[in-house]
Amino acid sequence: MASIHLNDVSVDFVLYQGSARSLKKTLLRSSTSGVLKHDAHHRVTVKALSNFSLTLEHGDRVGLIGGNGAGKTTLLRVLAGVYEPTAGRIRVEGRVTPLFDIGLGLDMDASGYDNIRMRAAYFGIDADEVERKMDDIAAFTELGDYLNLPVRTYSAGMTLRLAFAAATSVDPEILLMDEWLAVSDTKFLEKAQRRAEGFVNRSSIMVVASHVEDVLKRLCNKLLWLERGTIQRFGPVDEVLVAYHAQSAGRLS
Amino acid sequence: MTSESMTAPRLRRRSTDIYDSGDRSQAERAWEDLLEGGGRWRLWSKLGWHDIRKRYRRSVLGPFWLTLSMAVMVASLGLIYGTLFRLDLENYLPFLAIGLATWTFIASFLNEGCTSFIDLEPLIKNVRIPMSLHILRVLWRNLIIYVHNIVIFAGVAVIFGIWPGVGGILLAVAGLGLLLVNAGWIMLLCGIICTRFRDVPPIVASVIQLLFFVTPVMWKPELLGDRRYLMALNPLYHLIEAIRAPLLGQLPGWENWAVGLLLAVAGWAFTFAVFARFRKRIAYWL
Repeated sequence: MASIHLNDVSVDFVLYQGSARSLKKTLLRSSTSGVLKHDAHHRVTVKALSNFSLTLEHGDRVGLIGGNGAGKTTLLRVLAGVYEPTAGRIRVEGRVTPLFDIGLGLDMDASGYDNIRMRAAYFGIDADEVERKMDDIAAFTELGDYLNLPVRTYSAGMTLRLAFAAATSVDPEILLMDEWLAVSDTKFLEKAQRRAEGFVNRSSIMVVASHVEDVLKRLCNKLLWLERGTIQRFGPVDEVLVAYHAQSAGRLS
Repeated sequence: MTSESMTAPRLRRRSTDIYDSGDRSQAERAWEDLLEGGGRWRLWSKLGWHDIRKRYRRSVLGPFWLTLSMAVMVASLGLIYGTLFRLDLENYLPFLAIGLATWTFIASFLNEGCTSFIDLEPLIKNVRIPMSLHILRVLWRNLIIYVHNIVIFAGVAVIFGIWPGVGGILLAVAGLGLLLVNAGWIMLLCGIICTRFRDVPPIVASVIQLLFFVTPVMWKPELLGDRRYLMALNPLYHLIEAIRAPLLGQLPGWENWAVGLLLAVAGWAFTFAVFARFRKRIAYWL
């Protein structure tokens, strides 16, 4: 069974603005002031997550809500193992499929087939597994022989179909998404919606950040409301939404 | 939490499917990164090839464009400098062909090592992949180009009837291994530093240019006469010589290998310490 445990996790970003990015200035500063620690005063740190504890088990479908900069994307990246926490501990059991950017690794000069293989390779999926699923993926894209041509020759809609099919072809155990997969092509929409939901249903744990309440209500059974890098509220969807709205209404009046 | 996963045999758990930020030290984690990166050779070799194909996809000659331009360079430089240094072509051209190819390899892995993490930012920020894998991908694609350039030496060797012998070739391959081991730590170190300090890549580029002139690639070390000892101070000379000498039918000096090995051990020790300390910050710096 997949599980995620976050224990007192903090993530601090040091903002290296302009001069701190430069080796020359960093060296000059330390030599003129003579004290390296002086450096600390010039740095601005941002606590993107602070003292965050959370446990997710099999069957959890969690929606992340909160304003801009609340820490949703940072939390997703911590769960994906991209950002290792600066303090605290995270333990994730299960194969993680991060789907933050559906166009990740899309190579315009490679064929559609090659792009599907490449993407799978990035996620550590065996070549055999991809080949087994290739027919299914190819059928879903409805691109036919175009799959042998470079993606460069595709229209925007076709590229999206390819990216979408490739991204949802894996069997995710732990699925992480930043914004729900948006498809604008109306003809494709319904089919994509079905596939995406099937994809979500196959996962053991799902975490999605979204601003669209319909999406959250449809897909999630829990909501996690983030505010300035801490958990404001975590619980059933309706309950958290009510509290969330109450607060934003309070802010307005 | 572990007992649960043991009672669920439905899924075949791979070690990479469990990620725990607190179950081992940063040094062990860095070591694991290197092992895992190396172990996933299928991926980095595929990606390396992919980079090459991408670069040359719409050209007829593919990576042999580089071979061609290198051949033109070797031929013209060989004529001019061979005359300037009063060396016969039979002697100078093979020396230049192997030296120039090796130098181009060194310069490109240095330059691209600096920007490997920066260039692969979207990937690093989206998927958890060992950092060493990115380095190996870049090293691999440069090695492929190097092999294409070696073809010129083979051509020159055939023209002048040079045969280094099986022993010589094996020794040169071992020398290449020595260079690659050193390339690994240099690229990793440069990659970490350059991700943190964005003004370093141009500095490295100009240092490489300087190194080209002080390293015997175009000129033979013998020309230094009494000051040949200066060469001992240039580590790149030793690394190049470990490949070049055996191919030209000479034995590399013991000091070439000694310096190369020493460099590899000291370099890896230092780089590993830096890597263990800053590995997890790389994603934050991007």
